[in-house]
Amino acid sequence: MSKNKILSINNVHVEIEGKEIVKGVSLQINSGEKHAIMGKNGSGKSSLANALAGHPNYEITSGTVELDGENLLDKSATERSLAGLFLGFQYPLTIPGVTVANFLRAAIKARNGDGIDIKNFRKVFKEKMKLLKIEDSFATRYLNDGFSGGEKKRLEILQMAMLRPKLAILDETDSGLDIDALKIVANGIMESAPKDGGVILVTHYQRMLDYIKPDMVHIMIDGRIVKTGGAELALELEAGGYDKLETEVSQEVGV
Amino acid sequence: MGNITTNKSIGTIGEDYAEKYGFHDPEEYFHKGARGINHEVVEMISKMKKEPEWMRDFRHKALDIFLSKPMPGWGDTEVLNNIDFDNIFYYIKPTEEQSDNWDDVPEYIKNTFDKLGVPDAEKKFLGGISAQYESEVVYHSFQENLKKQGVVFLDMDSGLREYPEIVKKYFATVIPAMDNKFAALNSAVWSGGSFIYVPPGVDVTVPLQAYFRINAENMGQFERTLIIADKGSRVHYIEGCTAPVYTTDSLHSAVVEVIALDDAYIRYTTIQNWSNNILNLVTKRAVANKNSTIEWVDGNIGSRLTMKYPCVYLVGEHAKGEILSIAFAGPGQHQDAGAKVIHFAPNTSSRITSKSISKAGGQASYRGLVKVHATAKNSKSSIECDALLIDEKSRSDTYPTMEIDAANVKIEHEARVSKVAEEQLFYLMSRGLSEDEARLLIVNGFIEPFTKELPMEYAVELNRLIELEMEGSVG
Ligand SMILES: Nc1ncnc2c1ncn2[C@@H]1O[C@H](COP(=O)(O)OP(=O)(O)O)[C@@H](O)[C@H]1O
Ligand SMILES: [Mg+2]
Repeated sequence: MSKNKILSINNVHVEIEGKEIVKGVSLQINSGEKHAIMGKNGSGKSSLANALAGHPNYEITSGTVELDGENLLDKSATERSLAGLFLGFQYPLTIPGVTVANFLRAAIKARNGDGIDIKNFRKVFKEKMKLLKIEDSFATRYLNDGFSGGEKKRLEILQMAMLRPKLAILDETDSGLDIDALKIVANGIMESAPKDGGVILVTHYQRMLDYIKPDMVHIMIDGRIVKTGGAELALELEAGGYDKLETEVSQEVGV
Repeated sequence: MGNITTNKSIGTIGEDYAEKYGFHDPEEYFHKGARGINHEVVEMISKMKKEPEWMRDFRHKALDIFLSKPMPGWGDTEVLNNIDFDNIFYYIKPTEEQSDNWDDVPEYIKNTFDKLGVPDAEKKFLGGISAQYESEVVYHSFQENLKKQGVVFLDMDSGLREYPEIVKKYFATVIPAMDNKFAALNSAVWSGGSFIYVPPGVDVTVPLQAYFRINAENMGQFERTLIIADKGSRVHYIEGCTAPVYTTDSLHSAVVEVIALDDAYIRYTTIQNWSNNILNLVTKRAVANKNSTIEWVDGNIGSRLTMKYPCVYLVGEHAKGEILSIAFAGPGQHQDAGAKVIHFAPNTSSRITSKSISKAGGQASYRGLVKVHATAKNSKSSIECDALLIDEKSRSDTYPTMEIDAANVKIEHEARVSKVAEEQLFYLMSRGLSEDEARLLIVNGFIEPFTKELPMEYAVELNRLIELEMEGSVG
């Protein structure tokens, strides 16, 4: 039996304000797999992630994307979320006056109506907070309002854990975390990422990958995936740095 | 989006307003006077109410002031100058008698208040309630145990009859007829409203509420409220209001005087939800004596034009005044709301928090005055104005005035205008909320500092009202 393809990205191009940022990316993720996308700042990782999640300013000008066999690109951001896509933001937004608990309740209600999951809300919420070592007082704080960088990232994972997506794109969830927080967040990702779904870890350090071993690593430079390999590729990269890789690649393609 | 008003110039009112509040009853009134205002009308009102001489004189003098006083030169002067005072009904008495039993209230009026949830609220969590329909309070009830503690809660007319000495002592002392044109008009033709007196040391732990309903077209409702909290007492008063949707304007012009004696605490909460054909021109002012606290919690959702600036005079040392307000301006609406605090005594403090939301061409203005007299040294005041614009068509203005004549005064002032950010919407939508749900959540969060001050039932109601107003907010 062939594995179920959870995400299929084919030759995707992304423009922001008329400028092409992502220049033809293809990526296949099978259910149960974790992939890492690595690359320097500005290489287009977040642009790809935002475009996949349906941000109106990131226009996918060509290419196709399927989530669990369904075309994603004719859907709004809302519909993509409901279809099972989750984006953990690199820079989570602040929503003053809206408590974490109320927000999550609204988000769960959006996908399940007033069904059983909303009734279990409290219980599941407590469990997940415990998993991520988040204090109870978080529930009544306003969404990301006055949160430290690390708290924001933990909250992103809490949201993922509550919403149980088919595919989670976690954009630099590791940045701004100290080593203890990193362990907790990594553990939270391992525990709550759906087993038969997929995860994309976007990062530019390899340290998170010590805790979450990726099935595949993709290196992105200037809007393209220039190299794909196993978990060892991240270690190579760590040893040699992006510069070495860039020279290598430019020689290969003869730039 | 539903649009059931026939007058397009008023703009769009959500279909739900018409259904839930905007219906009107057939008029089966005990007395409905003629349109227009003159000394005969004033005389007739005073006669029908069998008032003492001093009140009758007060009314006539007030009418002269009204007739001679110019219109305010601020706010929406165009709308103000177009008010046709000859076209308004100044006094409508729907029933012959006030009742303390819903079964004695005419069926159609009872049904109206049923639909508005008034008897329900009474049963659930209120210590007393007054239901005013047109010019008169038609239903009034008040808990026995509060009566036994000497708390007085009556409609203003009964207050004048039963407690003439208290009324005479305080009436129009906070807001004299001279104050402004609309205070003068109210003084001439006032009817209904609430009279509350809380004896020294008594803590009224359950809120007292009044509900104001306008039914007739071109009605003028001029209730008059007087609240006195004697030394060391506490009380929370809540008012709500709605009206049918008509094509021509009605006028609501109340005068509210609030007096906190030493160490007393008064909170006055308003949820104003008039239909979009009501001009809401209200004067509200409180006097805070030594160590006392006044809080105005003022929510303005409805009306075509509101001009209202709840005010606190801090006359006793260590008195505190707080004004927390929100205004929602939808299409065709102008909310000219704000706050005034005058520091007279030393060591007084005040805090103003004003939040406005403008949508689909609505206009919200904050107009505020903080004055610290030379006598009010060591006082402090903080003012925070926050405006949220839902779209490009909407407007927000702030007109803050500060006059500081005392030494050692601490003033903080912050004003912000923000738009619902696309990034915020995307963040919430990426969690599965629709664009409308996302926007509503942001708006609810924006007014949360206000909502959290309301009793639970009202917070729920307010969020629901905002939800109705926000429906179909994208073009
Ligand atoms: N909203 C935006 N508006 C304009 N330019 C953008 C925007 N987002 C990203 N970019 C540009 O796109 C390029 C890629 O950025 P980004 O996708 O954030 O890279 P990464 O996440 O890999 O650091 C950068 O040159 C950046 O300046
Ligand atoms: Mg990035």
